[in-house]
Order: sequence, then C-alpha cells, then structure tokens
Amino acid sequence: MAFAPCIGLEVHVELDTESKMFCQCRNEFGAAPNSRCCPVCLGLPGSLPVPNRKAVEYVIRTGLALDCQVAERCRFARKNYFYPDLPKNFQISQYDEPLTYGGHFHLQVNGQQKRIRIRRAHLEEDTGKNIHLPDGRSLVDYNRCGIPLMEIVTEPDFSSPEECRVYLTELRAILRYIEVSTANMEEGVMRAEPTVNLIDSDTGEATPMVEIKNLNSIKSVYEAVKYEIQRHWRCLESGEEMYQETRLWDEQNSLTATMRRKESADDYMYFPEPDLVPLVPEHEWIEEIRASLPELPSALRQRLVERYELPEYGAEVITADRDTAVYYEQIVEAGADPKAASNWLMGDVMGYLNEQSLEIADLKVAPEQLAELLALIESNTISGKIAKDVFVKMAETGQSAQEVVKAEGLQQISDESELGRLVDEAIAKNPKAVEDFKSGKERALGAMVGYIMGQTRGQANPQLVNQMLREKLGQM
Amino acid sequence: MAEISPEEVQHVADLARLALPPEELARVGRELNRILVYFQELQELNTDDVAITSHAVAMENVYREDSSRPSLPVEEVIANAPDSAEVFFRVPRIVDK
Ligand SMILES: [Zn+2]
Repeated sequence: MAFAPCIGLEVHVELDTESKMFCQCRNEFGAAPNSRCCPVCLGLPGSLPVPNRKAVEYVIRTGLALDCQVAERCRFARKNYFYPDLPKNFQISQYDEPLTYGGHFHLQVNGQQKRIRIRRAHLEEDTGKNIHLPDGRSLVDYNRCGIPLMEIVTEPDFSSPEECRVYLTELRAILRYIEVSTANMEEGVMRAEPTVNLIDSDTGEATPMVEIKNLNSIKSVYEAVKYEIQRHWRCLESGEEMYQETRLWDEQNSLTATMRRKESADDYMYFPEPDLVPLVPEHEWIEEIRASLPELPSALRQRLVERYELPEYGAEVITADRDTAVYYEQIVEAGADPKAASNWLMGDVMGYLNEQSLEIADLKVAPEQLAELLALIESNTISGKIAKDVFVKMAETGQSAQEVVKAEGLQQISDESELGRLVDEAIAKNPKAVEDFKSGKERALGAMVGYIMGQTRGQANPQLVNQMLREKLGQM
Repeated sequence: MAEISPEEVQHVADLARLALPPEELARVGRELNRILVYFQELQELNTDDVAITSHAVAMENVYREDSSRPSLPVEEVIANAPDSAEVFFRVPRIVDK
C-alpha cells in the first residue's frame, strides 16, 4: 500500500476594517449583542449593500503576498442556505470568480522547502453567532454578521500535521505583517478548517474526505489532523466503514467525532449577486498595493540570518511579529552588537513582556535606550548582571540606562586604588583561601572575588578584580 | 429541452425548505415547466456574440470608503423579530441537515 495523507487547509480571516463589508456598522469584537446592526446587515427588505473598498484592498494585499493573480474582473455571488446565522438566507460570497487565485507558498519544514499551492483568496461576509439554549431553542447575535471575511484555500498539498502547523504560523505572521487582520485564533478572528484523507498515488484509491471544524488554535489543528490521519489508517487496516463527513474536534478528549455526514454534494444554488456590480480592480491600484507591501517574514528572516549572522531559531523568534523585528533592527542600528542585541531581546526583554503581559509596542524602553544599556555593559560601566536590574528599572520608569545607573549608584568600580584597597582586605580576611590558592587550588580565588563583590554590592569590575588579585597573590 | 421531472421538483422544494403535498408537487411541476418552455423560446435567439450578462446596468467598481456610523438601537433591531429574548433574536431548534 502506498497510501499517504493529503491535507488541504481552508482559512477564514476577519479583516481589520473599521466598518463591516456592505454597511457602515462598526466591525468590532465584544460589543453588546445586536448593537452593531442595521437594515443592510439584517437583510431587511429594500436595503442595498455597498462594498467596503478597504476590504477589497486587503484581499488583494493578501493575494499579492501569497503570489496570487488578481482577477481582472470578478463578481460576488449569493450562497443560498437556511441557517439562522444568516438573516438574509444567503451569504454574499464569491464562487467561480474569486478576487485572487493561483498563488503559492514556500514552506520550510525540517530544513526542507516545499511548495504549497494557494487555490484562491476571496472575499465574503461573516455570519452571526448562535447561542444554543438547554430548551433546544437558540439565541442569535448578528453583530458579527457582515464583517468582511477573507477565505484562503490551499490545494491538498500538505502531508503532515507539522506542515499544517508551520503554514498556519507563517500565514498568521504574514497577515499581521501586512496589517490586514489581527489573525487571533482564540477570538475566532482566524479560523482553520482542514480537509483530510489518505490517497494511494499508485492506484488513485482514497479514503473519504473528512472536514474538521471547531479548531481554535494552531495546536488544536495540529492535534486534530494527527488524530484524523491515524483514524484513517486504523479504519483502513480494520476495514471499518468510513464516510465523507464533517467532524468536530473535541479538545477535552482529544478526538474528532461525526457532526454530519454528506449524502450528497452541498447544493448552495450559487448565482451572481444582482445587488452588487462587478469588481474590476484597476492596474494602478494593484501596483500601488504591491508597492506598499512590507518585507514578508520569510524574507526578513533570511536577511537577519545573512546580515547579522543570527541562528535560524533566533531569527524565527524575532520575526514572529513585525514590531519585534523592527525593534531588533533599531537596537542594532543604534550601534549594539547584533548577537548581544538578539540575546537581550529574546531573554530579558521578552521575559519581562511575558511576565507583564505586554506587547513590545507598550515597552517603555526605546530601542536606542536598550542599545545604550548594552553599550554600558560593553564599556564595563556596569556588569551584565547589574544590567538586568537596570533594564527592569528602565522598563518600569522609562528612564535611560545612564539615569538609572546614576540614580542608583550602580556604576561598576574600576578605580584601581579603591580596588587595590579591597584586594588587600580580601587577602587579609581570607587566609585559608590564600593558602589554598598558593598550593595550586585555582578555585580558592573565588572566595576572595566573592568577598569583594559582596563588599561592593556586585559593582566591582570582575575582570579587573581577578587580575589584581592574581598579581597581588603572585607577589606574595 | 427535457421536462422537469417530479424528482427535480422535489429536490428544489427541499432546497427551498418547502413541504409540498403530492398534488401541490404536481401543480408546481406543471408551472415550472411552463417557465422552462418560455426560456426555450428565448434560447432560439443566437447569443454567440453576447457576453454572459449578470447585471442589466453597465456599471462596475462601486465602492464606499471604510468609515462607520452608529447602528440601530437594539430595540429597533429586534422590533420585527417573531420571537426574541432580551437583546437576542430567538429561534426554534435548528436541525442541521
Ligand atoms: Zn449593518
């Protein structure tokens, strides 16, 4: 048997516009139920939709970032189905004429490049939210109804859960870099629906295609796809019957369960939306959007590796979001050593941000100020250890490194006459260590260094102390 | 053009969520067939040089800028709902097909 997993990903992304797709209600998460609705998004008779130009721009922007073609001309279509999350009984979507199509994406997994084909990125409207009551009835909130929604569909080119994870992580980073969406999966701003089956490429034989829903993190996509592939293998071996169906991911029990079987292909009776005229994106507009695209995460990562000799992993952490990457380059541009800058950024800075639940944009320490702190370490004005405390003070107060060091009296002591006095004192107070050191025990020096650091609250220049102690002991 | 079959009539009724008794199905089938005959007549025209038309007006690229304005007060939003509960629309149990 030469069966292998074939996975496709359909990703829905709410676009970060001010208003909804076809009306001027606010596009906002978390407003009071049904407080962001009007005749258009409620589908009241006589209302007419007018497309939001920004949403069209955002889909073109995303399409270009994914190497898609932009349609010369395309239309919206009505997707007809009956479900109370749609007050109109149809969703305005795109069918045979997507706004962008035919792109691709280079996936980097375990050092290997793989090309994933992007079938299309189109524009539609989001639906309302149902809250199911214990008595069987449902409450409906239409605030989300009509929010611009982008659908990005790949060909079934993924062959492992890990490839899905890498793609979604990278796609999320791209959407944030190009500033079209917050792409937050926990809030449902970005939603992924994998389709999974096993195909024998020799015989063309395949297990029935399964679609998985209810995934609200990249991790759950990974787990659900992994589970589903294993389930298909199990069924193939045991001969258990499989169905073409939609399955729901059960996070608690880490398994998928049947939601509905598909006896026949869905019939949504698509037809061109008569209330909306065709979109014909002008060439100049497309080129304007293309020119405004920022450097994408993969290109930026490669540049950081090449220019600053960062390890692959470090570059990945730093480019995970654009603000962090920009911050990094600014520290380096302000004169910091690239390696020291990345260590500090990934260590103390990210540690502090995590601890305080802050974003890098909220950090009170400007990149130039961090570079100044690193310069103080470099020039031995403060020790690396004290610098950690200085950084926290800077982050809390917004003061510069110099100001904190001055105010707290934290300058490293490199004054040889003062250190000389301390060296004599350390030798006088640690006769045992002196004796051990003289009899060849190198480590005995540590006791005397420790004494001096203790006396100076860690401010003595450790290299200098070491050197002076050795000189003095050598003369004895 | 072939006549619409009873099965096709039933399928369309299902899609429209209409529960039609047999005699109604037969009547609707006859009516649909009359409409199809009319389209058959239209098909006699040669449209080889005519682009597929979805809109009767020759307009394109109608947009609005991305700006918001206040929505309806929630009382007005749910004013016409057949059933509601506080600030929500309330609907009967939905059986997913
Ligand atoms: Zn509205």
